[in-house]
Order: sequence, then C-alpha cells, then structure tokens
Amino acid sequence: MALFKKKATNTNAEVDTFKSPNKLNIEPFLYLLPFIIGILIFTIYPIFNVLRYSFIEGLGHPLGKQLAERCTFILTDASAKGCDLTWGLGNFEYVLKDKYFWSALKNTFQYVLCVVPVSTCLAIIFAVLLNQKIKLRGLFQTVFFLPMVTSSIAVGICWKYLFNYNYGFINYLLNTFGIASVDWLGQASMNIWAVIIYGIWDIMPMTIILLLSGLQNIDEMYYTAAKVDGAKTLRIFFRITVPLLAPTIGLVMILNTISCFKVYSSIFPLFNGSAGITGKNLYTAVFYIYNQFFINSKYGRAAAAAVLLFFIIFAFTMFQKWFQNKVSN
Amino acid sequence: METNEKVSLLTRIKRNVTLGKVLTYVFLAIGALVMVWPFYWMISSAFKTQLEIVSFPPAFVPNSWAYLENFKIAFVKAPFAKYFFNSIVVTIACVACTTFTTILASFAFSRLNFKGRDLIFSLLLSFMMVPFEMVAMTNTTTITQFGLNNSLLGLIVPFTTSIYYTFILRNFFVSIPDSLYYSARIDGASNWQYLWKIMVPIAKPSLFTIILLNALTCWNSFFWPRIIITSAENRTLPFGLYAFMSEGGTEYGPYMAAATIVVVPMIALFLVARKYIVNGVARGGLKG
Repeated sequence: MALFKKKATNTNAEVDTFKSPNKLNIEPFLYLLPFIIGILIFTIYPIFNVLRYSFIEGLGHPLGKQLAERCTFILTDASAKGCDLTWGLGNFEYVLKDKYFWSALKNTFQYVLCVVPVSTCLAIIFAVLLNQKIKLRGLFQTVFFLPMVTSSIAVGICWKYLFNYNYGFINYLLNTFGIASVDWLGQASMNIWAVIIYGIWDIMPMTIILLLSGLQNIDEMYYTAAKVDGAKTLRIFFRITVPLLAPTIGLVMILNTISCFKVYSSIFPLFNGSAGITGKNLYTAVFYIYNQFFINSKYGRAAAAAVLLFFIIFAFTMFQKWFQNKVSN
Repeated sequence: METNEKVSLLTRIKRNVTLGKVLTYVFLAIGALVMVWPFYWMISSAFKTQLEIVSFPPAFVPNSWAYLENFKIAFVKAPFAKYFFNSIVVTIACVACTTFTTILASFAFSRLNFKGRDLIFSLLLSFMMVPFEMVAMTNTTTITQFGLNNSLLGLIVPFTTSIYYTFILRNFFVSIPDSLYYSARIDGASNWQYLWKIMVPIAKPSLFTIILLNALTCWNSFFWPRIIITSAENRTLPFGLYAFMSEGGTEYGPYMAAATIVVVPMIALFLVARKYIVNGVARGGLKG
C-alpha cells in the first residue's frame, strides 16, 4: 500500500496504541465526540427532562401572584428565578381523569386494532405474490413501495379530495357498486374510518418490504419438496410459508403497532389540523400531547401523557413479544 | 403405468402453475392500482379545471395536460420556489452532518477498542424505542434557548446525529474483515486514513442507504418545522403546502398542483435508487 508510505515514518505512536488496544487513549472518544454531543443534547437529556416535567405540578413565587406569572419551567430553569416548583402526581391525575385523554386512547386503540391486522394480512399476500418469479417485478415493486417515500401531508391532501362527499373518487367507487355515498369527513362517526383506510394504505409498503426480506430467507428447498409431494398452493402457503415467516410477521406487527400508536400526521391534512370534524372527536394519543403542549401550554400534563403513552407502547411491545414466543414454542 | 402417472402429475402441476400465474397477475394488478391511484389522482387533478375537479362522476383524465393554471395559482399565492430552496438546504445540511457523525461513531463502535464500548452501544440502542414526539417538547425549548427558533439552522441542528443510522452502518463495519485493518495498519495507515480510504469506499452501498433514508425523512418532515418556524419565508415544502391549504380557499386544483411539486422529486429519487431505499427499509423501518 504505497498510499500510506509517506506517513509511515511518523506514526510510531499510533502503531503503539494499535498494538496495545487496551491502553487508555482518547482517540475513540474524539471519533465519538460529535455523535455523543448530539445524542446527549437532543435525545438523552430530553427523555429525562420529560420525566421531570411530568412531576412538576405547579409554579409559584413566594413574593406573590404577579411574580408567579413569570414563572415558567419551559424556557428557563424556574428555580433560578426564585420560583417554587410544586412536585407531585397531579399531572398524571389530571390526565387520567380527562375524558379527552380517554377518547384519545380509545381512538388510538381502534386505529391500531384495525390497521395492524388488516395491513399485515394484506401485506403477507402481496409479499408472497411479489416474491414469485414474475414479469414486471421491478415495476410492481416500484408501484407498491411508492407511498413510503412521499410526504404524508401531500398525499393526505389528495386523500382528502378522494374522500370528498360530493365529488370524491371513493364515493364514486361505492356508487358504482350500488352503495350509497358516505360522508367520510363530514360525519363525526365516520372520521376514524377514513383515517384507518388511509393508514392501511400508508403502512403497506413498509410492511411488504419487511415481509419480502423475511420470505427471501426461507430456503427454496421446502417449496421444491412440497411441490414434488404434490401439495396444493394454499396448503403450501398455510403449512410452509406462514409458519416459517412467523418470526418476521411478529417483528412486523411490533413495528407497525409502535408506529400506529403514534398516529397523528395523517389526521392533520384530512381535517385541516383539527382533531376530526368537530375538532374534538378524533383526538389520538400524540394529538392530545401536542395540543396540551403547544396549544394549551400545559407542559406538565403533556409530559405526563407522553410518559403514559411510552409505557403503553412499551407494555404492548412486551406483550406481543411474549405472545409470539409462546406461539412459536 | 409409472410414466403415465408421472405425466399426469406434471400436467397437473403445470395447470396449477398457469392458473396460479393468472391469479397472481390479477391480484397484483388490483393491488398496484390501489397503491398508485392517489398519486395518479393527485397529478392528473393538478391539470384539471375547477369544473372538472368537482364533476361527478369524476373526470378520469384531464381535458388537456397543458392546462397549467393550477401551478400558476400555487406559485403566485405562495412562495413555493422559496420553500423548495429551504427544503433543499435543510435536507443537504442534515444529511451531510448526520453522515459525517455517523461514519465517525460507527467506526469507533466497530473498530476502536475502549472500555464499555458494547455496553454504551446497547444502551444507545434502547433509546431508539423512545418516540420522537416525547423528545420534541424539550428540544423546542433547547432550540429556543440556542436562539435558533424560526431559522433553518433550528431545523438542522437537532438532526445531525442518529442512533438508527449509526446502528445500520456499525453493523456493516463489523462485517469488514479484521485482516484488512491489520494489514493497513502495518503498512503505516492511521485509523483516520484507514477509515476514509478503505472502510468508507467499501461501505458505499450501506452509506447510500442511510443517506437516502435520511434525505427522505428530512424532505418529508413536517412537525418539527411546524413547531420551530413561525415566519412564512422559512417554511419548508410540506409545511408550506399545509399552510397554503389551510390559508387558501377550497379549490382542490391548486392544492393538487402544489402537492405534485412536493411529491415528484421524491418519486424521481425513488425510481433512480429503489434498491438502496428498499434495502434500508428491510433492515427495520424508515425512521430512526
């Protein structure tokens, strides 16, 4: 490697560290420095800070009400300005008693319980089909994966048009099959279904890709053996493909559950940034957190709701993992 | 007898195969149509007159593909050229910074030895589970304290590092054989030279993948800009599009034209680099 000959003379010190890698040297930390600084400021500190926020009940100033109005723990360290922080579980209490939080949870669960199973089932079928040796495979894959790369706002605006009551394409499709038009966006009870349909379409590409990569890891041998034995296609699908794909299906369901719990960005373009047509009927967990924080400026409550959401996702993930282990044993 | 049985078995398999093929194509075609329809509808409606937009049954094809009035309205009513420029600046800056910090960190986590390396790495991985929504609140405060709110820098600074991309690249770096490293070091290469002259060129496919995933995420990001940016001239495309929609009237033509402007660059990127993007997503999702 002539490339490095020139420098070879003055790298004795480095060769030394290379020979005794366990000796303490600062080189690795120099490489890590930019990464660690970013992660510390924008990931690790915020996590602990949200925990702290969630326990701050109130702010007051010992010298009176007027000064207390200046007390805010969001932009500065409140105690430095002489404010008193009240600690406690009040935020959690408020959130757990808030009917909008519960309706947010109900909507979120309904969304997760509809989108995750339906998208996974459909994606398994399409992944199996796309995995076959077919013509135009590249074209099909491109088309199926397209929603993945596009802005949810831009596509959401298009879905708003598709869902339109008077001249939307979806109602036209329903009419051609003899079904009466549905007021997807105007009728409060239908709002969640519009978001669910859009959500299934939106999550399909990622689900298909993950399942495809799982399918490609299944040994061709199983299929050859089954075909020689004369097994029917459906039998092959249920007896070979699905069981061997089970670990990937589990992974996909966990990833999709986590991302569905955070549903928010698809509601935004459909309802012009409000939670459903009435502005209150379609809160989701993240929607609730954002509104408490950025609109109502109730930072403690937002933090408490965020902590609760995190634990719900965490518990759900653990449950799915446990269930999956049990099934595969 | 035996040959007869074999033949019938073969024809049976063949008949099964052809029927299966036909069904495969039918299902795939229906699925493909559903997936692509919103895009076709968006782009074709961008060329429709208001009359065609509200017609029912809907017009499947615009009367004239040369009807550009919607694009003109979009560009006159909102500074989409400026939004486009902002989006490009933010995306390039985020991707450049993240790629740099990711390469250095991945190298340290895979090739350099220091105490607690694997412990630190697995601790970092556990932070990946925390949703961005949870950290966004504090980050808003932090960015405001830095004085970067309502500036493009405020959109860039929080996104210069990524645990997820570091995880992808570090896993690739680990797969590069040790012998390469030792022979380079014996030839007198420093760690720095080894990283940039040998490891980075070998890792090109993985690098492409993380660069593309990162570019997509940056380009499409909406909530962070919406929190940080308060004045119109600093908006990026998705936020600009949303603002255009919530400020404008109810005519879908210009919205569809504006949405087309936002979507087409990413579709083009996807057509060119599908392989790398799909590879990246196959490793565990789009977002870090």
